[in-house]
Amino acid sequence: MMKNSVVEVDGLTVVRGHVRAVDDVSFATVPGKVTGLLGPSGCGKTTLMRSIVGVQIVAGGTVTVLGYPAGSKQLRDRIGYVTQDPSVYNDLTVAENLRFFARVLGTEPGEVDRCIEAVDLVDRKDVVVGRLSGGQRSRASLAVALLGRPELLVLDEPTVGLDPVLRRDLWAMFHALADQGTTVLVSSHVMDEADRCDRLLLMRDGRLIADDAPDVLRQRTRTHDIESAFLALVEGGVEGATA
Amino acid sequence: MSARITLSVAGRVLHQLRRDHRTVAMLLVMPCVILTLLWWMFGDLPGGAIGFDKLGPALLALIPFIVMFLVTSVTTLRERSSGTLERLLAMPTGKLDLLGGYALAFGLVAAVQSTLAVTVCVWLLGLDVAGSVWVLVVVAVCDAVLGTALGLFVSAFAQTEFQAVQFMPLVVLPQILLCGLFVPREAMPAVLEAISNMLPLSYAVDAMSSLATTAGSALGDVDPEVWVDIGIVIGFAVAALALGAATLRRRTA
Repeated sequence: MMKNSVVEVDGLTVVRGHVRAVDDVSFATVPGKVTGLLGPSGCGKTTLMRSIVGVQIVAGGTVTVLGYPAGSKQLRDRIGYVTQDPSVYNDLTVAENLRFFARVLGTEPGEVDRCIEAVDLVDRKDVVVGRLSGGQRSRASLAVALLGRPELLVLDEPTVGLDPVLRRDLWAMFHALADQGTTVLVSSHVMDEADRCDRLLLMRDGRLIADDAPDVLRQRTRTHDIESAFLALVEGGVEGATA
Repeated sequence: MSARITLSVAGRVLHQLRRDHRTVAMLLVMPCVILTLLWWMFGDLPGGAIGFDKLGPALLALIPFIVMFLVTSVTTLRERSSGTLERLLAMPTGKLDLLGGYALAFGLVAAVQSTLAVTVCVWLLGLDVAGSVWVLVVVAVCDAVLGTALGLFVSAFAQTEFQAVQFMPLVVLPQILLCGLFVPREAMPAVLEAISNMLPLSYAVDAMSSLATTAGSALGDVDPEVWVDIGIVIGFAVAALALGAATLRRRTA
C-alpha cells in the first residue's frame, strides 16, 4: 500500500442483518485523485462509505483515514460527508443551514458564501430548503460538506437526478478540488460516470471486483465501456481486483 | 462540551421554531386556553374558586411538561431520521452539546410559555397564590426541561413520529394519575404511593401546590421543601439527559 494514502481499507467486513453488506474489502486511495465507487444499487457502496466516515458498526477489518482509525475524534473536522438523502434542515434556508454547520465546525464566516457559490446556489441561498427541488437540496447538502475545506470528501451519489450541465460542472469541481490536494471518493450506480473518475472501484454483492483506472480496466477486459467491463468481470474469464 | 456548539444548536432550534408560526401559537396560547377552560368549568360550582385554586397550580406543572415532551420527542426523531443527527455526530459535536442545546432552547420557550400561563392565571383568572409567583415560573421551567429530557430519551426508541407520539400516554398518563391531582398522594394504597414517590411529576406538583398555599412572597419565605422538590425534578431531568446522551450513537448498524 502507498505510504501516503488518505484512506486505507484492509479486510473490511460489515454484517447487516444476516447479509455481509461489505465482504473482505481492501483498497487504498491516493491523495489528489477522484476515486469512483461504482456498482448497482444495494451492492454495499453506502455501507463502505459509512465505514470510512466512521458511523458504521463494522464486523471486521480496519479502516484508517489520514493515519487515524476511522471515526476518531481527530478526523471529525477533516472529512466532508454527503449522504444519499440530503442531510440539511428543510425548515431553514440554504444560508441558514450553512451558517449553522459552519458555527458547529468553527470555520471562518467567509466559508459560507464560498461553499454556496461552489454548488451554484447563490440565487437560491435565501430560500427555505424544503421549497427547493431535489437536485438543489442535494447541492445544499454538498455545500455543507465543503465547509472548512476538508482533506477527504466522501460523496454518496451526489450527481443522481441532476441536470447534465450541472453534473458536468460538479465533476469539474471534484477534479478542481482534487487538484488542490483533496481526496475525493464519489459513488454512483450510473456506469457512464465511470470515465469521469481517475480511478475506479467496482463493487458487486459487497465485494470489490475491480480497482483500476478506467482505461486500464477497459484494456484488461477488452471492452469499450465500463458497463461491458463490469459484465466481463462478473461473468468470469477475467482476473478480478488487483491485489 | 463546547459552549460554541451548544449555543449554535440552541439558536438553530429556536430559529426553526420561529419559522413555524402555528407551533409557536400552540405553545404559547394553548396552555392559557386550557387553564381558562378549567377556571370556567369550576366557575358556577359552589366554592368553585377553591377547585381552581387547587387544580390550577398542578396544571401549571403538568402543561409545560406534556407539551415539551411531545415537541422534543418529535423534533429529535426528525433530527434522527433526516440524517442531520448523523451529520452532526460525524462533526466535532459532543452528545451533550446537542442535548444541552435542545434543553436550552426548549427551556427558554418554556420560560415564556409559563410566564404567560402564570400571568393569565394570577392576573386574569384570579388564581390565589399565597407564595412567590416567580418561583412558580421556576418550577414550570424545570418541568419543561424535564419534559425535554424525557422526550429526547424516548425518541431513541421510536422509529417513526407516529410511534413517538404514542410514548406520550405511556410516559405522561401514569404520572398525571399518580401525581396527587385526583387522590392525595398520602391517601393512595401503599404500593401506588411508593410508585408515585418515584415519579418526577409528583414532586413538581407538590412544589406548585405548596407554593400556592404557603404564605409569603419573599424568597426567604419559600418552604425549604419546595427547593428539595425542585432539586428532585432537576435531578430527574439531568438523569434523563444522561440516558438520552447514552442513546445517541456515533456508529450505527
